[in-house]
Amino acid sequence: MLDFHLNRLQGTFQLDATLKVPARGVTALFGRSGSGKTSILRLIAGLERLDHGHLRLAGECLAGGEDNVFVPAHRRQLGVVFQEPRLFPHYTVRGNLCYGMPRALTPGKRQENRNRLHEMVALLGIEDLLARMPGQLSGGEARRVAIGRALLSRPRMLLLDEPLTGLDGARKQELLQYISRLAREIEIPILFVSHDTRELFAVADRLALVDNGRITASGEIGDMLSRLDLAPQTGRYEAGSLLSAEVLSHDDDWQLTRLGLGAGLSLQLARLAMPVGRRVRLRLRARDISIALKTPEHTSLRNVLPAVIHEIETERGHASAELVLGIAGQRVRARVDRLVCQELGLKVGLGIKALISSVALSGPDVISLDASADAPEPSSGSAAQAVSNTASDSSTDSSLAAKPSAPDTKNR
Amino acid sequence: MLSALEWEALSLSLKVACVAVGVSLIPGFAAAWWLARRDFRGKALVDGLLHLPLVLPPVVVGYLLLITFGRNGAIGQWLAKIDIVLPFTWQGAAVAAAVMAFPLMVRAMRLSLEAIDPGLEAAARTLGANPLRVLLTVTLPLSLPGILAGGTLAFARALSEFGATITFAANIPGETRTLPLALYTLIQTPGQENAAARLCAIAVVIAMISLLASEWLARRARMRMEGRDA
Repeated sequence: MLDFHLNRLQGTFQLDATLKVPARGVTALFGRSGSGKTSILRLIAGLERLDHGHLRLAGECLAGGEDNVFVPAHRRQLGVVFQEPRLFPHYTVRGNLCYGMPRALTPGKRQENRNRLHEMVALLGIEDLLARMPGQLSGGEARRVAIGRALLSRPRMLLLDEPLTGLDGARKQELLQYISRLAREIEIPILFVSHDTRELFAVADRLALVDNGRITASGEIGDMLSRLDLAPQTGRYEAGSLLSAEVLSHDDDWQLTRLGLGAGLSLQLARLAMPVGRRVRLRLRARDISIALKTPEHTSLRNVLPAVIHEIETERGHASAELVLGIAGQRVRARVDRLVCQELGLKVGLGIKALISSVALSGPDVISLDASADAPEPSSGSAAQAVSNTASDSSTDSSLAAKPSAPDTKNR
Repeated sequence: MLSALEWEALSLSLKVACVAVGVSLIPGFAAAWWLARRDFRGKALVDGLLHLPLVLPPVVVGYLLLITFGRNGAIGQWLAKIDIVLPFTWQGAAVAAAVMAFPLMVRAMRLSLEAIDPGLEAAARTLGANPLRVLLTVTLPLSLPGILAGGTLAFARALSEFGATITFAANIPGETRTLPLALYTLIQTPGQENAAARLCAIAVVIAMISLLASEWLARRARMRMEGRDA
C-alpha cells in the first residue's frame, strides 16, 4: 500500500495532496491538465523532492517523514511509464527491455531473466520487434516496449503518466484493454494518471480527483462516477456510470449480443467479439438513458429496464436534471430535462423504466474484465450470478424494479 | 618524402595537439555538463571566462599563461617545486594549445548535451540506474557525436595554434617549433619559399584528414543510434 502526503511549492503552484492507494488494482489520478497530477507522480517516483509530508510504500518511508529521508529515484524500485515512451534511442528494443532488469551474476539468475523477458515479450506481443531500434517503432509499439521495460525492472508499483496520449483510437483501445488485463494479472498496484474519462472507465478500479494541487475526493470508481456532487469534476457531458455485466448470448442472425446485468435483467447491443460468459464492464452515458413511467409500446428502444430513482439533482440555470437510478442493484446515472422531471412527477423512491438505445452502446463501451475466459475473477459481483438467457424480456418483470442498490455489488 | 625538418615539425604538432585534446576531454565534458545541466549563480561569468580565449588575442592568452605558469607565477612556482616546467617546453605548447581549443570543445559538447532529452536520464533513474550508470549508458553515448565534433574541432584548433604558443613556449626547434611556427620561420628566411609551400600543403592535408575523419565518426555514431548499418 502506498500512502502519501505530498507538499511542495512549485513557483506559485502549491501542491498539497494526500492519498492512500491500496496494494492491488488500478487507482486513477484524474483531473484537468495543470491540476498537479504529473507533479504528484514525479514526487512519488523520486524525480522531485517534497517540502513537507511523507511518502510510504508498504511501510517503508521513501521521502519526508520524521527523519526527512529521501530515497533517490534509482533505489525506489518504481516502474514509471511517462507521457512519452522515452526509449533509449541507442539501444535496441531488447536492450531497452533489459535495461532495468536485476543484474544476473549466476547462470541460474541469467536463465530466470531470460524467462521473464520471454514472458513479457509474449504478453506484450512484441516478439518481432526485439532487434529493432526505437526509431523504427510506431507510437503504440514504443509504448508497449516502455510498459514492458518498466515492468521488467521488477517494480513494487507501476506509475503510468497518461501512457496513451497521442495514440489513435484503435491503438488506444488495444492498449487500454491490455493495461486493464495487465492490472488483473500482475500483483502490484498501479497508479494511472489521466484526464480522459474514457480511459478511466476502461482501467480504473478507484478514482482520486485532483484539482489545483489537492486530492479533492477518492473512492471506488463506480461510486465516484455516480456521485452527483462530483459531477463538475468528473465531467458533465461525458457523465456516466459503470455497470458490471456478463455476456449472456449472441444472435448471429441479427448481429446482436445480450448482456446480463444481474437480477435477471439484460441489455441488447450490437454483436460483441467476446465469448459467452465473459465478464465485462459496461459504460453507460447519462445522456443515453431516457425515462418512462411505464413500458412504452411500438418503440425502437429495445432495452427497457425497471429502475428505481435514488437521487435527483436539479439546478436552476441548467435545463437538465441529474438522476441516480438503481438498476439491478447497480447505481446508474441518467440525465433528463428538468421540465420532464417535473411533468412526470419524478421523485426519489419512484419505480420507473429506464430506456437505453442499443445503438448508443458500442464496442468501446464494453471492457472485458477477464484476463482469459476461464480465469475466475476473485470478487464476484451481481453480474456473476446473472440468470439465464430466458430472462431476455426482463422489462415486463416489474417485481424486480424495487431492488435496493447495494454499494458493494460492483464488480472490479 | 618528408624532410627531417618537416617530419620534426609535423610529429611535434601532432604530439602537442593530441596531448592538448587528450588532457582537455574530461574537464571539457565536465564543464559542458555543468553548463548544460546546472543553473547556478555566476553561470554567465563562468561561461564568459570559458569563452575568453576565443575572443582574446592569442598573444594575450600566451602572456597570461606566462604570468601564471612562469617560474615565479602563481601556479608556476608550485609546479617548479615538483619539477614541472611549462614555459619553453613542448608540454607548455600543449597547455597553450589546450587553453585556446577548450572553448570550442566545450561548446560542441554542450550543444549535444543540451539536445539530450533529460527525460531519458530520468527514465534511466527510475529503472534503477545510479548516477554513474546513467552517465555511462545514457548521457555519454547520446552525446558522443558532440564529443567527437568537439574533439576534432579542438584538435584542428590545437594544430593551428600560433600566438599563444610562441608567447608562452617560444619557437625552439625540436621542442616547441610546431608546424605553424616552422612555417613562420621559413617565411621569415629568404629563399625558403619552396619549403614554406611544402609545409603549407602538409598543413592543408592534415586539416582535411581530421575533418573527414570526424565527419565519418560522427555519421557512424548517428547511424548506430538510428539502427541503420554502420
